[in-house]
Amino acid sequence: MANWHRLANPTLFLEWSRRVRPWTGVATAALLATGVYLSLFVAPRDYQQGDAVRIMFVHVPSAWMALFAYAVMAVASAAGLIWKSPLAHLTAKAAAPIGASFTLLALATGALWGQPMWGTWWVWDARLTSVLILFFLYLGYIALWQAIDDHARAAKSAAILALVGVVNIPIIKFSVDWWNTLHQPASVLRMDGPSIHSSLLTPLLVMGAAFAGYFVVVLSIRLEREVLARQVRTLRRVQSRG
Amino acid sequence: MTVFLRIVVRDVRLAFGQGGATVLAVVFFLLTVTLFPLGIGPETGVLRRIAPGVIWVAALLAAMLSLDRLFQADLEDGSLDQLALVPLPLELVAAAKCLAHWISTGLPMLAVSPLLGVLLGLNGEAYGGLLLAMAAGTPSLSLMGGIGAALTVSVRRGGVLLSLLVLPLCVPVLVFGTGAVDSAIAGLEGGAHLPALAAILAAALPLAPWAIAGALRLNLE
Repeated sequence: MANWHRLANPTLFLEWSRRVRPWTGVATAALLATGVYLSLFVAPRDYQQGDAVRIMFVHVPSAWMALFAYAVMAVASAAGLIWKSPLAHLTAKAAAPIGASFTLLALATGALWGQPMWGTWWVWDARLTSVLILFFLYLGYIALWQAIDDHARAAKSAAILALVGVVNIPIIKFSVDWWNTLHQPASVLRMDGPSIHSSLLTPLLVMGAAFAGYFVVVLSIRLEREVLARQVRTLRRVQSRG
Repeated sequence: MTVFLRIVVRDVRLAFGQGGATVLAVVFFLLTVTLFPLGIGPETGVLRRIAPGVIWVAALLAAMLSLDRLFQADLEDGSLDQLALVPLPLELVAAAKCLAHWISTGLPMLAVSPLLGVLLGLNGEAYGGLLLAMAAGTPSLSLMGGIGAALTVSVRRGGVLLSLLVLPLCVPVLVFGTGAVDSAIAGLEGGAHLPALAAILAAALPLAPWAIAGALRLNLE
């Protein structure tokens, strides 16, 4: 237990992540299979929405992961700035495209769900709009990484941007909530317990866990690539000097 | 304090001088707003309805346009290194630069915004709200834009990237700024929009210079 900080060493991290990844992968696949089965065959049809309600089992976990990935990115960025850890900066970099993809998936499934339910692909509703802005924040973060050649400076600049984004997200959310909403209010995470029926909640949570597992697996693959790329860069620099 | 003022005066002079940012920003601001009636049509009712939003969006874009040289010019001619050696924390230097940016672009835009109101057929009650909202909102644009300018200082052609980074962060200013004018039009005094704009400014005032200084230090190493 006391040796967690040793994982900040990129080489040890690579070893550890390669050992853990197959198990996480298997668990994710099992969860995903269960989740898909539960949501397609076990969960009841909605008396109003029919089978369209099943889009929820992809849409809602995507939206959760869109926020979760940004949180991972922000925490990793803060850790990178505070402890000057390259691995933390690389974690943030690796998490960004995954988060952006989940955000896009949430928007796309939302549009597909909105078309039959609200009769329109897109409405300028508070939640949709804030997720769209979150997507732009991800794009800006990724673009900043790509725009700065010097790797160490890119890492720190992007980290500052991620932290500025985290401070701003609640304000953006608040401001966008100002022009009220078509979207239903939060129904799973509530003080008085979930308002959604358990026949729908169980598949939703299983899918959520599967998405989280997928995030971890892809993050570890991307992170491994980033670590290796960094080692290649260092070797090249040493070579060109010597 | 004198050093702080000197930085402000220097930047404002540069901006108001020949080829400076002020004239360009104001002309861009006027031009963008002029394009809307041409694109949408001259019906007064429609224009009056969208006027607050149009003026705010144009102000946002004009601010972005003038921001990309905020620190870049200083980095290129070496004055950024000099500014870092000034007997003043870099955070205050950053605040001075933002203040100068606001004086040289935010304030002139604030001054011409009633004219745009006239062009878009804004009615009489709206002007006070418009001026107050611009006064409370545009400083936040300079501060948040300063963060983007500092982060992209070493990026060639960083202007588009700057807009991508900063525009999403400016959404609250846009929402509350437009809301303040709209509620003034509706004759609602003391809405929550102006206090919200002031709160954003109060948060950005200490935090943004800190982030700007952090980003600038990366380019001074």
